[in-house]
Amino acid sequence: MYLYKIHLMSAVSNLDAAFSALADPTRRAILARLAKGEATVMELAAPFEMTQPAISQHLKVLEDAGLVVRRVDGTKRPRRLAKAGVVAMDQWLAMLRKGLEKSYDRLDEVLVSMEKQKRGDKQ
Amino acid sequence: MSKMTLQTEGDTHVVVTRRFAAPPEAVYRAHTDPKLVQKWMLGPEGWTMPVCISEAKPGGKIRYEWSNGKGGGFHLTGEYLELEPYSRLVHVERMHLPDTTPDNHVETRFDADGTGTLMTLRMTLPDAQTRAAMLATGMERGMEASYVRLEGMI
Repeated sequence: MYLYKIHLMSAVSNLDAAFSALADPTRRAILARLAKGEATVMELAAPFEMTQPAISQHLKVLEDAGLVVRRVDGTKRPRRLAKAGVVAMDQWLAMLRKGLEKSYDRLDEVLVSMEKQKRGDKQ
Repeated sequence: MSKMTLQTEGDTHVVVTRRFAAPPEAVYRAHTDPKLVQKWMLGPEGWTMPVCISEAKPGGKIRYEWSNGKGGGFHLTGEYLELEPYSRLVHVERMHLPDTTPDNHVETRFDADGTGTLMTLRMTLPDAQTRAAMLATGMERGMEASYVRLEGMI
């Protein structure tokens, strides 16, 4: 429990850096890929049609923001999602939800006015 | 009122469910009649849909144009594939941002649920990468809404 709190606090203190790191669609896509499991720079570069240095640059931004961590495995440096990365992704998904929820809340109102109109037509 | 659910399924699907306090016929019409679609399919606060074309027949065209009233906007085009009034719609859509996104194949079901409707929207993207990018794009629009709210507070 105590350890979890420390993770949470460090996640919050990095929130500004995390949000500016997430402003780029490629970086969000990298996080989405890492959410499925650890990957090397080469594996990450493959689906993006980007050079490895370009991907490394994006990874550096994500690492500086505390969203991604690297591990040493011989000559490889596989990356994985940090706890803060998971938190940040959850927050972004929550925002997508809000946009959709807003639309459906409006649809509720449209349905109410359709029903009123129907009743009005019958009278 | 009713809670929406949004879940990823497998590598390429996104499933959204939502209950409405109106019969399937009304919810179906609100999804296909352009005059009605224009009123609600707007996403975050501050956006409008100045152009809404929805030809509700197999092969019929779909075109939604959104604007934020500040010169910003994007549009979506698509085609209806199958229509079963008032229970099921199948269409394909793509965003123009301005680059065109890969096709999103969407099946929308409207099932009677008591006196209301349970809507189930199932999107199928060509691959996992496209799905990740699509979710990321939607997130971008959501972000804009949060900025708008922030402006309102200051």
